[in-house]
Amino acid sequence: MDQLLTLLSENARLTTRQLAAMLNETEENVKNAIVKYEEDGVIRGYKAIINWEKVDVNNAIAIIELRVSPKRERGFDEIASKIMKLPEVDSVYLVSGGYDLAVIIHGSSMQEIAMFVMRRLSTMDSVLSTTTHFILTRYKADGIIMNAAEEKDGRRDLSCD
Amino acid sequence: MIDYSTRMNPNVQALKPSGIRKFFDIANEMEDVISLSIGEPDFVTPWHIRQEGIRSLEDGKTWYSPNRGFMELREEICKWFKRHYHVQYEPKTECLVTVGGSEAIDSCIRCLVCPGDEVLIPQPSFVCYQPLTEMAGGVPVILETKAKNGFRLTPEELKAAITPKTKLLILPYPNNPTGAVMRREHLNAIADVLRGTDIMVLSDEIYSELTYGDTSHVTFSNIPDMRERTIVINGFSKAFAMTGWRLGFALGPALVIKQMTKLHQFGIMSAPTVSQYAAVEAMKNGDSDSAYMREQYDMRRRLIVDGFNELGLTCFEPEGAFYIFPCIRSTGLTSDEFCKRLIQEEHVAVVPGTAFGNCGEGFVRVSYSYSIKHITEALSRIGHFVQNHHADML
Repeated sequence: MDQLLTLLSENARLTTRQLAAMLNETEENVKNAIVKYEEDGVIRGYKAIINWEKVDVNNAIAIIELRVSPKRERGFDEIASKIMKLPEVDSVYLVSGGYDLAVIIHGSSMQEIAMFVMRRLSTMDSVLSTTTHFILTRYKADGIIMNAAEEKDGRRDLSCD
Repeated sequence: MIDYSTRMNPNVQALKPSGIRKFFDIANEMEDVISLSIGEPDFVTPWHIRQEGIRSLEDGKTWYSPNRGFMELREEICKWFKRHYHVQYEPKTECLVTVGGSEAIDSCIRCLVCPGDEVLIPQPSFVCYQPLTEMAGGVPVILETKAKNGFRLTPEELKAAITPKTKLLILPYPNNPTGAVMRREHLNAIADVLRGTDIMVLSDEIYSELTYGDTSHVTFSNIPDMRERTIVINGFSKAFAMTGWRLGFALGPALVIKQMTKLHQFGIMSAPTVSQYAAVEAMKNGDSDSAYMREQYDMRRRLIVDGFNELGLTCFEPEGAFYIFPCIRSTGLTSDEFCKRLIQEEHVAVVPGTAFGNCGEGFVRVSYSYSIKHITEALSRIGHFVQNHHADML
């Protein structure tokens, strides 16, 4: 049923019936598999991918690089756990390279994000430094090209095919 | 003023243009049309295949190839064909590389058919066989295949159509537009009718890599005694998503290929060089690409068949190509009306079955060579349309 996960990761709105048809399975089996994936925490949620630039709301996104000092015993988990509980935080990744945590933050303005970094993140005990990168344009996110016009079918209807 | 109608071949002027075209002009005017009408892969040619084409250009390999195609390509084609379909062809004498399967069909028909010869053409089928036969002076004899037989040609239908003038049988399977496939037992039954005659066979197997189910495609030349009478047409367009490269091939008896090569030589010269370099890579290392695409099409096929059946537009299970051919009679509309209204009311484009022969009346061709998102949106619009029209009838 790995293919089920692939299909859902591409489009979570397919009905059980459609999924069953595609996978040559019964609806019952597909339904049970999804429940199992949810219970096991393999599937963690379903949400829409939105091109906020098309919507008339104030929206800003930033990627914050954090250098932190790991704690004895708990390593990076303690600080990560603190950060990920903040509702403004969209994603937290432990990464290799020149810094430790990559944090993605959504806010209503760059100002708001800047304040958040200043007041909430950089003041945390083990945070050594922060570097804030504001997203200027999202060309592609979560595997989806944001500008639908870019996805146009290049094929032409032909008289003979 | 020149009266052009007297200056041009009346046979050409009498040819009917392909019926697939009709609705596209309407469709092109609309903004939000969802088309399920295109007959080519939505995949882009796999990168490693494109790369070999690019490399050949970088290396300045921009000259003609030999008339029959590069020897390396012909060798790889014969190896590929043997590996997949278990029939050995001699690359030197039994293989001709053409500009798409279409050119191979054209030169094969022109090579075999004399004025007055009868050519048996199962329909519904691809639009080119009849006009090409007519241009060769042949007489098209249409064999209307039936939905109840899964749109396969039956031995009875074949036998009933054979006359002393029968020269050639077209075998267009896996079939565009119905998705019908002839399995080994069906081909055996056809072979039983042909054995003992000298009727030739043009087996158009362009969709051979897109066959679904437990058993894979069987080439007609693999059926006992059929190799000597069969010209197999195949190509790169469907199996490797290479439609725009325009490359196909014919495999057949050396003496026939030799004559076809003359037509090819004088009419075409040689197939595109850049495409041939890319095609060598496809033959050598493209099996997994074909398999991946087949798997994707298969999922979409099951999705769309289920969707149409749910709407009450029954379609028999298509086993090949990337089309379904649902029956739309329950709407009370003709194929033409159905397509016209569907595009006007719901902005969805499909092709009337009649574009593939008169016996396509009551059916439409729906391509599933589209993304799942595209297919599900089209299905929901078609659902809305069918609901309205079923309501009309009550």
